[in-house]
Amino acid sequence: MTDREHYEAVVVGAGPGGAAAAARLADHGVETLVLERGADAGAKNVSGGLIYAEQSAPYTVDDLFPDFREEASERPITDYKMDNIAGNRVKTYDLTPLHENDTLWCDAVLRRKMDSWMAERVHEKCRESGGGLLTDVRVNGLLRENGEIVGVTCDELDDIEADVVIAADGVNSELAREAGLMDWDDPEEWFQGVKAVVDVPDGFVQETFGVDEDEGVARLFSGDLFQDARGGGFMYTNQDTLSIGTVFHLDSIVEERAETHELLDALLTHPHLSNWLPEEYDEVEYSAKLVPDSKKVALKEPHRDRLLLVGDAAGQMQAQGPIIKGMNHAVTAGALAADAYVTARGRSGETAGQRYATLLDREGVMDKLRPKSYDWTSGISEHPAMANVMETVAKSPVGRAVLRTGAAESLVERAFNSPRLLSMLPDIKPAYVTVPTLIGEEQGVPVSGESTVETPTLEERIGDLSYNTDIGNPHIEVVDNSWAASGTAVTACPVSAEDFGGGCYRSETVGTNGSEERVVSLDTQPCVECGTCAVVADTEWEHPRGGKGVEYEQG
Amino acid sequence: MEIAVLTKGVPDFREGQVSFDEDGHLERGKTPTVMNPNDKFALRAALQTKVRHGGNVTLCSMGPPGYDNILEEGMRDVYADDLVLVSDREFAAADTWATAITLTAALEHMETEPDVVFAGFKTADGETGHTGPQTCWGLDRPILTHVISLDIEPENEVVRAKRLVEGDVDEIETVEAPLPCVVVTDPEFEPTYRRAEHRLELKDLREQTKERAENYEDHLTMWNHEELNLDPDFVGLDGSPTIVSSVDPIPKSPSEREATMVTPDDEEGMEQVLEEMTPFAGGD
Repeated sequence: MTDREHYEAVVVGAGPGGAAAAARLADHGVETLVLERGADAGAKNVSGGLIYAEQSAPYTVDDLFPDFREEASERPITDYKMDNIAGNRVKTYDLTPLHENDTLWCDAVLRRKMDSWMAERVHEKCRESGGGLLTDVRVNGLLRENGEIVGVTCDELDDIEADVVIAADGVNSELAREAGLMDWDDPEEWFQGVKAVVDVPDGFVQETFGVDEDEGVARLFSGDLFQDARGGGFMYTNQDTLSIGTVFHLDSIVEERAETHELLDALLTHPHLSNWLPEEYDEVEYSAKLVPDSKKVALKEPHRDRLLLVGDAAGQMQAQGPIIKGMNHAVTAGALAADAYVTARGRSGETAGQRYATLLDREGVMDKLRPKSYDWTSGISEHPAMANVMETVAKSPVGRAVLRTGAAESLVERAFNSPRLLSMLPDIKPAYVTVPTLIGEEQGVPVSGESTVETPTLEERIGDLSYNTDIGNPHIEVVDNSWAASGTAVTACPVSAEDFGGGCYRSETVGTNGSEERVVSLDTQPCVECGTCAVVADTEWEHPRGGKGVEYEQG
Repeated sequence: MEIAVLTKGVPDFREGQVSFDEDGHLERGKTPTVMNPNDKFALRAALQTKVRHGGNVTLCSMGPPGYDNILEEGMRDVYADDLVLVSDREFAAADTWATAITLTAALEHMETEPDVVFAGFKTADGETGHTGPQTCWGLDRPILTHVISLDIEPENEVVRAKRLVEGDVDEIETVEAPLPCVVVTDPEFEPTYRRAEHRLELKDLREQTKERAENYEDHLTMWNHEELNLDPDFVGLDGSPTIVSSVDPIPKSPSEREATMVTPDDEEGMEQVLEEMTPFAGGD
């Protein structure tokens, strides 16, 4: 054994959380090594993609990366609307006031471009303080000495010791799980998002949405177009593409046995969308991602020994109805983790982790992620009986009559624009499906036109993605392949479907001794590494080795 | 560590680049010259050595003055600190023996004689595999061939390598040699970087070499026979004992084949296809 490498700080993952942490550490002169498993930063990353800069946040992404908006983002979002859809009736509410609440700016982004740009800056900065950023390196575990975390282990490198390890390795953080801080058990704690990036001609966004070069539009969609799945859709304008996607509570996808790509298609082919799509529908990338629900999983103490968790790895993803903020919190948390380390280093008493938790609390991050009002009210508002009452009242003649009045319109708009009310929004069907549908029915006007959109098949979508397959070395193994234990993965996996043989999870009937048994089989080649099956099926789930697996070009 | 890498310019045999005349002779004028593909493995081994132990990588070739492009290619695509082109009319039409004599002189002429000389496995045009070993003989050093991985311990003046020995069953031998020596890399050679500091250094060096390649002339040295103190009678055509008696063109594959078109919907036709293919189903 040669002498073990040591860095003052190791940052795992070069997304916004890792980039912010590393940039801030390097600014403090800390020798920082950043390890990214993708062949390029951003190659593994997907987001909806709006990034906010909040007035109340101690750090915004452009504080840390001054040219961010010019170089790395797509379009400022200046117009924010929500469409409540019932059949072909649509009622639109303007959510721009909500969108602008506490907002310095908000840009649409595509992650490959954004993350790889930040990674270059990070590498330059870290190089100056004696470290740097490496791609194609997968950190596969925590290095321990006498049971205490002292560094990381990697597939591609020998063990590395560090005084602080900042794990910004995303929603499926293997480090958070190894440290016992997160699990993959409960679908209720997660959302699953799928997205299509759609190519549009030059100048199309300006013309179609009636905006300037430096303006953009965000629209949210909810109502009855997604069957009974709890969630909604979104559309964001990029420079010359559109990001259109859907996000649903994972437990709802499980219960409804919904095929998530079909829910996306339901949005893409809805006549309402034909207003904004070019005649020739050209999808450049299909992607998927698991999203933590910070209300339930954001860790109040996201640390253990020398390990600090940042961003999705710590469950720091705020989704409250139409408020969807993740990247900004990851940036803030990353920078605070760096500050915490620098403050605590060399001192006895408070550890970097404790300091970090204190800063998250003091800077108001925790209250955004886990609003006290939600903690107080969810016990009642998410009680099954409450859902029944709300469902019944809303659907009753009284409820409908209320919605029909002119006063209701402004009341609903005000309610949608109230951050405080939204922080209490219960995760139950009436909130996501029933009420928006009733609004559409009672207040909506019919949309004209028919959709000409022909969405690609799942097979075509997989075929269009780039993979560097680690042949003979699958990163997921099914532990229990019985239908009862793992069958849900066939529908919930965004690149699998019933009656589709080209996906990850397939349904199979095996005959043994005269009886037939339904089982699932797995081929990880088309895997987009979203982590859904880690939650809904019984698997041994790891990320592929460095540089292997799916490689997003848009993200 | 002083590191030298030997390379040669060869016709680019990749499809779309290479051009043959009607008789199957290579059209040299129409086919671009590139760095011998196998030499890139040698250069990668040299880069690994530099990353791990520091030092200087000199990429060296013998050829006409226009071959500076080949050296530039190596500098850009992999790595080089300095480029040396041994070029003289007197060196023209050399066989592998005369080439080895010339290269030996060039390596001995270098300011610091290299601790390790790397060469690739065979050139894509000559395919003799003689030049490396003959140069090694000229330098009077040990040689390690078919090297697929490499560890050097400069403090102990030892090179340890794994070499691929092809046979009925491929074997991997681990061998040791003293420094200085000559290493011939196998096309299976894989550089390994298990330390983050090495990968960071590699990233820096790759950046730098790409920049350097923009003005590669600033790093290029040309030597002729006088500078190398070589007698024209012992180099080039005059110094080449090899006699090529004749060259047989490679027979062309028939450009037309007999084919019967069958559409997948044609049941009878498909049955016939299956019948025809059945005997081969066992993989024979």
